[in-house]
Amino acid sequence: MSDPSEALASAKAAADRISKAKRLNACLTPIKDLRKSLVAQAQAAHPSGVLYGMPVAVKDNICTLEFTTTCGSKILGGYHSPYEATACAKLKAAGALIAGKTNCDEFGMGSSTEHSAYGRSLHPFDKTRVPGGSSGGSAALVAAGAVPAALGSETGGSVRQPASLCGVVGIKPTYGRVSRYGLVAFGSSLDQIGVLGRSVHDAARVLSVISGRDPRDSTCEDRDSLRLPTVPESLQGFVIGIPKEYFPADLDPAVRRACDRAIRLLKELGAAVREVSLPHTTYAIATYYIVAPAEASSNLARYDGARYGPRFNGSEDVRALYRSTRGEGFGAEVRRRVMLGTYVLSSGYYDAYYRKAQQMRALIAQDFRNVFDRGVDLLFTPTTPTPAFKAGEKLDDPVSMYLSDIFTVTANLAGLPAISIPIGRVKGLPLGGQIVGQAFLEDEMLEAAYALERVVPALEEA
Amino acid sequence: MPHGGSWETVIGLETHVQLRTASKMFCSCSAAFGAPPNTNVCPLCLGLPGALPAPNEQALKLAVRAALALSCTVHPRSLFARKNYFYPDLPKGYQISQFEQPLSTNGALSYLSPDRGVVTATIVRLHIEEDAGKSLHDRFPRQTAIDLNRCGVPLVEIVTGPDFRSPHEARAYLQTLKQVLEYAGVSDCDMEKGSLRVDANLSIRRAGQSALGTKTEVKNINSFAYVEKALTVERDRQMAVLEAGGTITQQTMLYDSKTNAVRPQRSKEESHDYRYFPDPDLPPLVLSEEFIAEQQTLLPELPAKKRERFAAQYALNMTDAAVITAERAVADYYEAVVHAGADSKTAANWVMTEVLADAKDHGEALRVPPGALANLIGLVRGGTLSHQAAKRVFAEVAERGGEPRNVAEALGVVQVGDTGVVAGWVSEVLAANPTEVTRYKGGEVKLLQFFVGQVMKVSRGKADPKLVQKVLEEKLAA
Repeated sequence: MSDPSEALASAKAAADRISKAKRLNACLTPIKDLRKSLVAQAQAAHPSGVLYGMPVAVKDNICTLEFTTTCGSKILGGYHSPYEATACAKLKAAGALIAGKTNCDEFGMGSSTEHSAYGRSLHPFDKTRVPGGSSGGSAALVAAGAVPAALGSETGGSVRQPASLCGVVGIKPTYGRVSRYGLVAFGSSLDQIGVLGRSVHDAARVLSVISGRDPRDSTCEDRDSLRLPTVPESLQGFVIGIPKEYFPADLDPAVRRACDRAIRLLKELGAAVREVSLPHTTYAIATYYIVAPAEASSNLARYDGARYGPRFNGSEDVRALYRSTRGEGFGAEVRRRVMLGTYVLSSGYYDAYYRKAQQMRALIAQDFRNVFDRGVDLLFTPTTPTPAFKAGEKLDDPVSMYLSDIFTVTANLAGLPAISIPIGRVKGLPLGGQIVGQAFLEDEMLEAAYALERVVPALEEA
Repeated sequence: MPHGGSWETVIGLETHVQLRTASKMFCSCSAAFGAPPNTNVCPLCLGLPGALPAPNEQALKLAVRAALALSCTVHPRSLFARKNYFYPDLPKGYQISQFEQPLSTNGALSYLSPDRGVVTATIVRLHIEEDAGKSLHDRFPRQTAIDLNRCGVPLVEIVTGPDFRSPHEARAYLQTLKQVLEYAGVSDCDMEKGSLRVDANLSIRRAGQSALGTKTEVKNINSFAYVEKALTVERDRQMAVLEAGGTITQQTMLYDSKTNAVRPQRSKEESHDYRYFPDPDLPPLVLSEEFIAEQQTLLPELPAKKRERFAAQYALNMTDAAVITAERAVADYYEAVVHAGADSKTAANWVMTEVLADAKDHGEALRVPPGALANLIGLVRGGTLSHQAAKRVFAEVAERGGEPRNVAEALGVVQVGDTGVVAGWVSEVLAANPTEVTRYKGGEVKLLQFFVGQVMKVSRGKADPKLVQKVLEEKLAA
């Protein structure tokens, strides 16, 4: 597509589809504003770009010039960023259209998109269920067919988990592959922008555009953007490890059946499959819930009502201003994690919690290196322990909510790339399988995903 | 201060020094002082969501040079850390600093103590950090204004051991520190602009005791003179408390220069737990051996070394060498004068008198080019100018420029060495003072100086004094 009239048509069609999906509460941008902006963007888009005219929705914790950036929080209600994220600038430079901002758990803290100050998003196939989270709005919009791809972000699985629950593809790149500049920080050492797409190819080509060096993010690797692999004929020569810790005895039998079927297909494609062990997996959730809240407690300190965002009290005492703004502006889950993070960093507890968690994190990363050093190219696991759960089901039980990320947090802790692709249905609900790759070898991971995607009966019961 | 002699004062200093960079530590905003409020700011300075820091290479170079100038060990790997606290002029809610694994440790600085001669202070650590903004409490009634221009300006913090034994010793160290850092070109060390700030820890103990007493931290000290005053006040306060049988509470004391008094900081103003942790936005700072070595080669000769070299090479006494090397610009100027051919001792006298006096009156500018001063000194030595006339020429060259010889001629102060002309002036003076001539001839030979003076006056300073004396003696003997 390089005809301006086609870009305009694409923009209008996207606005129509997003409007139709309104009941999902997946898009936070008012449809009138969205339509107007999409038309203007289509007229200004670069016709030579590789994504010319492609509408890409963006999670609301990524700064955009076109729309507000609220992070699903009251504390940033109405906030317009004066600058845009590097990822968005790259998308626009490639001719893509920013197709509105998607709902999410507040500041990315949650696994159901129920922790949004702007109401929960609905699962596109069952309104009583959650789309997952925190990038639930992005996943739901893609699953509903409103956009071919959307940006999400991950700290502990927030792209892959909703992708699994909504039956779409979700990629979390290697830490440092995509610039975090303009991604509102949650757990900086874990955060990465990721992509949700209808297919591996849709997600991968968006990832390719947003990847690459950025001098404004010191943690972004000095590398060229990701080169897309071609779809392989077979997986001959690939060694795929199956980490036994990801298939516990009490794993949902349907999830196990779906994974077994996918593994069988991988073998049929020519891959050598072998069982491996990542012995420190059991400590991953505990480690994550020390490291991420610790960083969050510091990253979210800036929301104090002093410079931007709403103030929730006219008091002249600055301490009272902080208390009321942060007390009322943040939701319960954010407050819980800020308190947790403050505690684990405080003097006298730092060594017992934060330092120990960092040591465990290093061991978890070493587990992966050990397996990869022994000739394994990729790992295959379930993405989530269950398909989409009921809204409200886990709201009063934070730990049970946290456990829905049990198979995804390790890739964030180890900084590795991982992708979730649909591998089947469980009682009509989608389920994803996860392929974890080696650092900066997204191309190998994508090859395996391309091959599996072609043969897996994603719409069939497992 | 009863039994003052039985107490020993122990002081350690923490000095924040602004690095001389064009831009800030982690963004490209200007670090210039004095811009209109909130104009040198960007998303990072404002603590906007999603903004990230990227280290300024020039600041890293200057920080390493500062560390090397203070003989610190520079570590090839150090960590940036977040120091977390809430304050309106700290937009991110944390300051990027260094905590565990600082840039450099274990340095030393020798200085001249007024009490103990040359002593060496230990530099425990020198680390990099960013500055916070400014809270302005006096601009608007009952409101605080925030200026974020200073947010992110690069600093190094230099921490000494508890090495100083008196307030004036602390001041002497600071003066030496300032001199070294100015020399190294890492900072302009201007306390008025806040580019050098000092906090002090002070405790006292009975003389001869080795355990340290409970310390207090003294803050809000705005000049070197106040360092001495504030620490003296705090020392005396602690002595009075202990003499009266009380105990010292570990706390922060704020110095008020208007009343020359200290008061405890309200506990509300204190932050108890900074929750330091490595900044996940910044990878470990890894410096190659080559990088560090290059900074070492870019360091100029430092004051102590230069002082010794000047004394030896230019045959100066240590006091004069110290005066001339106190500032790098003056030392460089002096060497240029000598290299242009001037006698080193005469050049030293000129620099310490006329040159420094002129600089003091003209914003530290060295207005007479070193070559011109060398020529001027040559004119005096060659008998073309009297010393008095040379000072006039110096002032004129400083004011309007020009070659000293031309300026001297234009001013009409070139010495007259023509015996005939001088003899004419001498005859004139002798004729006008017959009584003095008679007295001289009667044995009052000290009147010779009177005649010399008169001749100089008649010649308007142009006569060569040696020749005048010779002609006078001849004529009076006749």
